[in-house]
Amino acid sequence: MDIRYPNEGMPKLSPMRFGPWLLPLILLFLAFAATSSLFYQVDQDEEGVVQRFGKYVRTTTPGLHMKLPFGIEIVTNVPVKHVFNEEFGYRTLQPGVRTIYAGREASPAQGTMRMSREFQGGMDPYLEESLMLTGDLNIAVVEWIVQYLIKDPVQYAFNVRDSQETIRNMSEAVMRLVVGDHTINEVLTKGRVEIQHEAKKMLQDLLDDYNAGIEVRNVILQDVTPPNEVKASFNEVNQALQEKEKMINQARQEYNRVIPRAKGEAEQQILEAEGYAQERTNKAKGDAERFLLAWEEYRKAPLVTKKRLYLEMTAKLYPEIGEKIIIDESQKSLLPLWNLNPKKEGDQS
Amino acid sequence: MKQTGLAVFIIVFSLLGIVMMNSAYVVDQTEQAVITQFGEPMSGPVVEPGLHWKTPFIQIVHTFDKRILNWDGYPSEVTTLDKKLIWVDVAGRWRIEDPLRFLQAIQNERNAQSRLDAIMDGETRNVISRYNLVEVVRSTNTILEKKDKDQLDIDVVFDKIEVGRNTITREILNAARPTAKELGIELIDIRIKRINYIRDVLVTVYERMIAERKRAAEQLRSEGQGVRAEIEGQRQRDLKKITSEAYMKVQAVKGKADAEATRIYGEAYSKDPDFYAFVTTLEKYPQALQNSRAVLTTDNEFLKYLKRSE
Repeated sequence: MDIRYPNEGMPKLSPMRFGPWLLPLILLFLAFAATSSLFYQVDQDEEGVVQRFGKYVRTTTPGLHMKLPFGIEIVTNVPVKHVFNEEFGYRTLQPGVRTIYAGREASPAQGTMRMSREFQGGMDPYLEESLMLTGDLNIAVVEWIVQYLIKDPVQYAFNVRDSQETIRNMSEAVMRLVVGDHTINEVLTKGRVEIQHEAKKMLQDLLDDYNAGIEVRNVILQDVTPPNEVKASFNEVNQALQEKEKMINQARQEYNRVIPRAKGEAEQQILEAEGYAQERTNKAKGDAERFLLAWEEYRKAPLVTKKRLYLEMTAKLYPEIGEKIIIDESQKSLLPLWNLNPKKEGDQS
Repeated sequence: MKQTGLAVFIIVFSLLGIVMMNSAYVVDQTEQAVITQFGEPMSGPVVEPGLHWKTPFIQIVHTFDKRILNWDGYPSEVTTLDKKLIWVDVAGRWRIEDPLRFLQAIQNERNAQSRLDAIMDGETRNVISRYNLVEVVRSTNTILEKKDKDQLDIDVVFDKIEVGRNTITREILNAARPTAKELGIELIDIRIKRINYIRDVLVTVYERMIAERKRAAEQLRSEGQGVRAEIEGQRQRDLKKITSEAYMKVQAVKGKADAEATRIYGEAYSKDPDFYAFVTTLEKYPQALQNSRAVLTTDNEFLKYLKRSE
């Protein structure tokens, strides 16, 4: 009977068998490892910071480069063109959408953000970031954003740990300091540009003091409002201001409606009076002229002219008179029998 | 015999490797190291980054961060000098200045954070309770120049500050520094990250703000009414002036014309008053006697020929 042993018939996997293959394989493996840790790539928007045994040795530009392999030299790629955004008082979840978190993740190890007890009691955490006191001890809700980029990758990599948290803490401190020197009305309206400018400058100075290698590009205020509890009364002030202006405008409008018209009417009346005056004097002159001319003629032949004038008048007059009764001059009186109904044929003599 | 040789070679090589590994250590650019031997510090802080050597196994390397580190404490509830109850959240920058001392006093960073919490909380309270709230909020007096420039800043009185926010934070820093130094910590910078009223006080503050706004609104409205009344008065005054002046002129013009006409008439008619009377009266008869009833005798100029021809 043949006893079959499990491995019988199969080639034994002993190192000795691989003898001729072992060394080349190891060498191949080493070569491969060496190659992959020999080369590294730096992207277009990055710079590479190279450390040899932990010590900084050089910075490299974008492209493919070589370094000492096997961890002797390490490269950290620093995104020097990327513009970072830090938001305060709100968070953009996705572009165009804004919601409120219920909580905030702690960043690892020592960089933990501590929440105040108020938040732990359930207040909106972003409100804590945005509520601040103004110089006149009022309260405003200020949302803002800080944009920055890495201007010196070496400083950025080696001088400050937790750059992001440092920037956040200092941004809050700076913004509150600046807002604390302005009135609430300035903060809400016309002081915004000044505040942004001051905050940016102060933040940059601080970061430069630490040699953080950061350039603050912008500090931009977003929504700046009074707290919800007092919003209504602030709106009331705005409304009152508008009302005031409206009242004044209406009064002015009324003035402009009435006065020019009155002036126009006055002008018209004066012109009419002048017209009347002209007419009057002209008529007088005309009448006088006519009289004088007639008088001239009259003087030449007074009796005849008088008679003529008289007869002309009667010719005009008699048709005008309605009812005429002609009696003899010697008739002394009339019978007092008036026809009470003038339409009937009269039978008076 | 070759095999044993190879094995020995590998073992020796590995042992050598392990020894080598334990006698070299790397200090990163961001780190500083302290070497201890049996718990005793051996050499001062090694701050030069790079590859260094030590006695293997016996000596231990403790590395610490060399960079600027963050500290952000829990907010403290503080009462200011003028009895305002506020939260103050202070944050700062620090560094391990003396890693040896740090190692002996605190051992690690997490301990450092809580030690700093304790120190800063105490000093913050100490300093801030000696000042009024406005001193903690403001840093300059520039706000005083702005009053009255805004018609909405009505009645607000701006106090002048003596000290200011920056001085106060510097005070806190200076007070805490020595204690921190003993722990090997350099406190670089302290800033007030947040100040806010306590929740209950907030309500009162809101009420004050609302009342102030209401007052401002009232004032604006009454100002508006005032100006409006003024303009209306002016309108009525100007209107009267215009109409009365116009009347005056009209009357003058008319009067002058009437006078002139009278003069012209008078001048002409007075040359022969009788003739004037005659002509005018004749003119008036037709109109005056229109549609009347007349009894005429034949004794008048016109009708006399009815009787006879001369």
